[in-house]
Amino acid sequence: MNFKNIWNLGIKELRGLLRDPVMLILIAYSFSLSIWTSSNSAPEALAKATISIVDEDRSHLSSRIASAFYLPYFLPPNMITTDEMDARMDAGTDTFALTIPPDFARDVLAGKAPAMQLNVDATRMSQAFTGSGYIQQIVNAEVAEYVAGQRAEAALPVGLALRARYNPSLDPVWFGAITSVMQSITMLSLVLTGAALIREKEHGTVEHLLVMPVSAGEIMLSKIWSMGGVVLLASAFSLVVVVQGVMAVPIAGSLPLFLAGAVLMLFAMTAMGVYMATVAGTMPQFALLMMLVLLPLQVLSGALTPRESMPEIIQTLMLAAPNTHFVMMSQSILFRGAGIATVWPQFLALALIGTVLFTLALRRFRTFLR
Amino acid sequence: MTAQQIAGDRAPVAGVRALTLRYGDVTALEDVTLDIPAGRMVGLIGPDGVGKSSLLSLLAGARVIQDGDVHVLGGDMRDAAHRRRVGPRIAYMPQGLGRNLYPTLSVQENLDFFGSLFGHDKAERARRSDDLLGATGMLPFRDRPAAKLSGGMKQKLGLCCALIHDPDFLILDEPTTGVDPLARRQFWDLIARISRDRPQMSVITATAYMEEAAGFDWLVAMNAGRVLATGTPAELLDQTGAGTLDDAFIALLPQEDRGADSALVIPPWQGRDDDFAIEAEGLTMRFGDFTAVDTVSFRIRRGEIFGFLGSNGCGKTTTMKMLTGLLEPSEGRAKLFGHEVDARNLAVRRRVGFMSQAFSLYSELTVRQNLELHARLFSMEEGAIPARVQAMIDRFGLSDVTHAMPEALPLGMRQRLSLAVAMIHGPEILILDEPTSGVDPVARNGFWRILAELSRDDGVTIFVSTHFMNEAEWCDRISLMHAGKVLVSDTAQAIAESKGHDTLEDAFVDYLEEAIGEGEPAPQSQAPAPAPTGNAQGTPARFSLRRLLSYSQLEYLQLRRDPIRLAMALIGSLLLMIVIGYGINMDVEDLSFAALDRDHTTTSRDYIENIAGSRYFIEQPPLSGYDDLDAQMRAGRISLAIEIPPGFASDIARGRDVAVGAWYDGAAPQRATTVQGYVQGMHGDWIRRHMREAFGAAAIAGDFELVTRYRYNPDVRSVIAIVPAVIPILLLIIPAMLTTLSVARERELGSIINFYVTPVTRFEFLIGKQLPYIAIGMLNFFLMLAMARLLFGVPFNGSLAGFTLAALVYVTATTALGFLVSVFIASQVAALFATALLTLIPAISYSGLIDPVASLAGFGQVIGTIYPTTWFVTVARGAFLKAFGLAEMIPPMLAMGLAVPVILIAAMYFLKKQAR
Repeated sequence: MNFKNIWNLGIKELRGLLRDPVMLILIAYSFSLSIWTSSNSAPEALAKATISIVDEDRSHLSSRIASAFYLPYFLPPNMITTDEMDARMDAGTDTFALTIPPDFARDVLAGKAPAMQLNVDATRMSQAFTGSGYIQQIVNAEVAEYVAGQRAEAALPVGLALRARYNPSLDPVWFGAITSVMQSITMLSLVLTGAALIREKEHGTVEHLLVMPVSAGEIMLSKIWSMGGVVLLASAFSLVVVVQGVMAVPIAGSLPLFLAGAVLMLFAMTAMGVYMATVAGTMPQFALLMMLVLLPLQVLSGALTPRESMPEIIQTLMLAAPNTHFVMMSQSILFRGAGIATVWPQFLALALIGTVLFTLALRRFRTFLR
Repeated sequence: MTAQQIAGDRAPVAGVRALTLRYGDVTALEDVTLDIPAGRMVGLIGPDGVGKSSLLSLLAGARVIQDGDVHVLGGDMRDAAHRRRVGPRIAYMPQGLGRNLYPTLSVQENLDFFGSLFGHDKAERARRSDDLLGATGMLPFRDRPAAKLSGGMKQKLGLCCALIHDPDFLILDEPTTGVDPLARRQFWDLIARISRDRPQMSVITATAYMEEAAGFDWLVAMNAGRVLATGTPAELLDQTGAGTLDDAFIALLPQEDRGADSALVIPPWQGRDDDFAIEAEGLTMRFGDFTAVDTVSFRIRRGEIFGFLGSNGCGKTTTMKMLTGLLEPSEGRAKLFGHEVDARNLAVRRRVGFMSQAFSLYSELTVRQNLELHARLFSMEEGAIPARVQAMIDRFGLSDVTHAMPEALPLGMRQRLSLAVAMIHGPEILILDEPTSGVDPVARNGFWRILAELSRDDGVTIFVSTHFMNEAEWCDRISLMHAGKVLVSDTAQAIAESKGHDTLEDAFVDYLEEAIGEGEPAPQSQAPAPAPTGNAQGTPARFSLRRLLSYSQLEYLQLRRDPIRLAMALIGSLLLMIVIGYGINMDVEDLSFAALDRDHTTTSRDYIENIAGSRYFIEQPPLSGYDDLDAQMRAGRISLAIEIPPGFASDIARGRDVAVGAWYDGAAPQRATTVQGYVQGMHGDWIRRHMREAFGAAAIAGDFELVTRYRYNPDVRSVIAIVPAVIPILLLIIPAMLTTLSVARERELGSIINFYVTPVTRFEFLIGKQLPYIAIGMLNFFLMLAMARLLFGVPFNGSLAGFTLAALVYVTATTALGFLVSVFIASQVAALFATALLTLIPAISYSGLIDPVASLAGFGQVIGTIYPTTWFVTVARGAFLKAFGLAEMIPPMLAMGLAVPVILIAAMYFLKKQAR
């Protein structure tokens, strides 16, 4: 192993990247604008939900209820008739439809506890549950205010003090921004090394290297440190300038610790990129392969939806993916301010997976070059 | 009067006036004015990179005219209508072996493709291809894929494809570069026969071989983007008073471009007969059942120049690779300096310099950086590097270009740079694989002058392969190779004499014919059948279904020959469906929680049981205190912690104010909101139950009751909601990626030229390519539909016919989207990246998969509204869950359908029918 060769070849990779404006733009984009747009367009848990109201009561109370739905949680409700309701829900125009029955206000005051019907489009998973909860609360409050003074309310004897930790206001931008950074790291580390290797193979320059006193391991390590370094720098920049600076998202834990973990992640992912490039012979094959690998990695890593909710078998399988550990580690450090005492198992797992991937990739890379 | 004389008097077939062409800062053609006589064989000679190829592509209409005029076959080539009219009368064969062919298609399929582009029906195609294949001796190989043909056969096939439509103007760009002498001879015989039979045909060809140029009717000599001289070969010889065309050409050049004046003479080799630098014993290389190199043996003495001759694909490169340790021989041994070649022995590599056939410099590094990098890789001492690099720059005449990028250099200079790179570490052996292919005579002379110096003055052993006979004659000894076997090894003179010929070339042809006599059948020397009568080549129709379908057929065949791509497209989408279907899970279930119970009473345990008993939470071991709570939550081991204060039970009993504390992880807000909702709900349930037990049912009667009906998905299961929406996403990503690459690949590999120079229109090109991918998309659609139904158990209530129709519209839009991306992006890597970026993010984030489009903010909402995926998600959910009939699907289908013409027209508008 000759470190000077690794260094020199790495410098060559960096010079090559520097002369590829398309790649540079894409890197810059995925660590700045892309993070900003994707985290900002992610709505709050309930935002601008569409609701229609079928008001058959037409009382003071029913109009108070209708006017209680407003932004940011709900778009102004549409007043419709029962006949229109089905078609609108079918077309997906409304997620919720609230039917206020005739004589609702009178029956409430009479203590008859009338029933109100809420139709929910349950294909809109992200809003169905939380939205119904909000609607229940809103209607409760309006009805309670309306009947206030008329009847004594039995007070709830036990309070509930709910406190969200790490992101007290549940601002989705925090989560979105950091998840985007993690996804950019995954994608770029794979694309930069893999696509660059295939291009080099198609241009015949890899072969040329092999007649020189350079070993396959040195070639691989040079690609790993240079491309990994680029992604690392870009993600550090992104976290400090874009996420903390421009988007004012607080980072709870230690940035150096996170970057140290990212180094391990990059080691594993770039090795995987090399491996995939050796499996795929041509660029179209690599493209499809990348889709097949990248998407499961991103979706099942726990960055988008909690791991706990996935089928047991997928949870177990995904323990072999570096992303899973990287996501656990990043969420612990960046959101919850965890230290090395907490995240060392993830560091260990990443190092282990990285070593295995590197060994496999190196073996394949040697035969690939033959 | 003979046909030839008539032709001579006719108007020129083509003419250019004040033609100038620039690529960025580089001027390829400068103010060229030239008339090309009709009915003749016109040769275009000159060094590489002087604008020959540019001129030919402009004549063929394959490139956009920047400045000046080009008239071909009586019309202005700027005029698209004229180009369409004369397109079928022009045939263009670009530079490079088989560059316009499709490597995975067989000989017959390639011919059929070109035939149908020119509107021939099946019978006509069969007749013409039989004629052409017969005339070229290719009949026995009609089912062989083009990629597996030898260089000479590829060029013959290229010619057949060019001739399939009886062109009046044949444009050939270096058709014989890299082809062995026998194949070259056969190629020109064929052209001669065809032009005898079709005297009205004019031919213009660029060539690097002066001996070929000598046989042409009329020559154009070019240098540095300008025409130096025109005339018959005899006229050029007279004009310069030179004996050979090589010398005549050199004499035509300006003084500073001529190189050294004296003819190159290499002094005879003197060394020890038993001191071998390279030894090969019975080297054999097999790839599968194909033997590339068959028991090759030779010995090269120290300081010798050893030449290797043979056509492309005869095994020269493979042999060289085995000598350098790049390939491990299947059998036999290779030795350098008496040591067996061992890929792991880095010390031997330091003594060898290798220059591979493929241009192996780093195009992203400057000349100096290339030299420095290689010096470092060979572990030269850092202090010695600047001097050595400078010495190489001086010796190889690179001092003016040290900061240039290799791609900006003319080929001859690039080859000198490659040699300098191979020599940087002062190796004792140089292995050069076709170092002078495509290099002009002056540069080649200069190159060999350097080789002679290295060999004779520095004692470097040189092992070089070449196509040029004059270069072979400069070697001390040569080997002739064919089909993996060495035919003969000796000095050039001895080889010529052994066959009783004066020239090496004649002897070589004899040897080849002998070898082929045993193996492949020789071409039948029948002339192609005369042009069919009534070959009226009017303006091609504006639209031809046959041309369109020929591109469909082409894509279909290429896909079928690439089973990996096809399998990944089909199996991949099923795999991804499983991943996303199970992965994007909005059901918040089985979250872990732990309790910090400071009360330890039945009541407090009952409260905790209430939570632990739900399907949403799984209880973890109890917490010991706040520190424990912090640690557990920080590590992500619990999502919720419940703290029950001391005296909880007694406070409730006495009606005192008491509150349960609930801490939950807010890092993922979506999940946190759900947790919050669950906890509130369960808290309320517990209190109601408790109150009922204490005060009876009346105490908890509310003012009203809210009856919630979850429609379409009564159990509110993620899988039911997500899986139908996954189909649109996968039908976007995979088809778009396939179509993007199909165009980007044609561009990168060069076969896009067929689109430029044949009558096929943009519409036919795009739609033709699109059809097979729409078919794949629909196949994918049905597979995913079946899987959603059978594996995920999603009910399907809507109209199947309507859903299928909507899918067809949608796939048409997504495949078109791929084209639109590919139109703007040239390289495959960038196209791949851009498509991923442009499809993945909008599809997952903005199309209503998780969050309804109405809830998105600003930019996302705009994208979501116009993106076809949004509309197909509505249709898919409707068809599966909402019992949509055709009528309900029409509005979203129209919204998607609108995207199809918009995207296709944009793609067609930006897709250029000529290169820039």
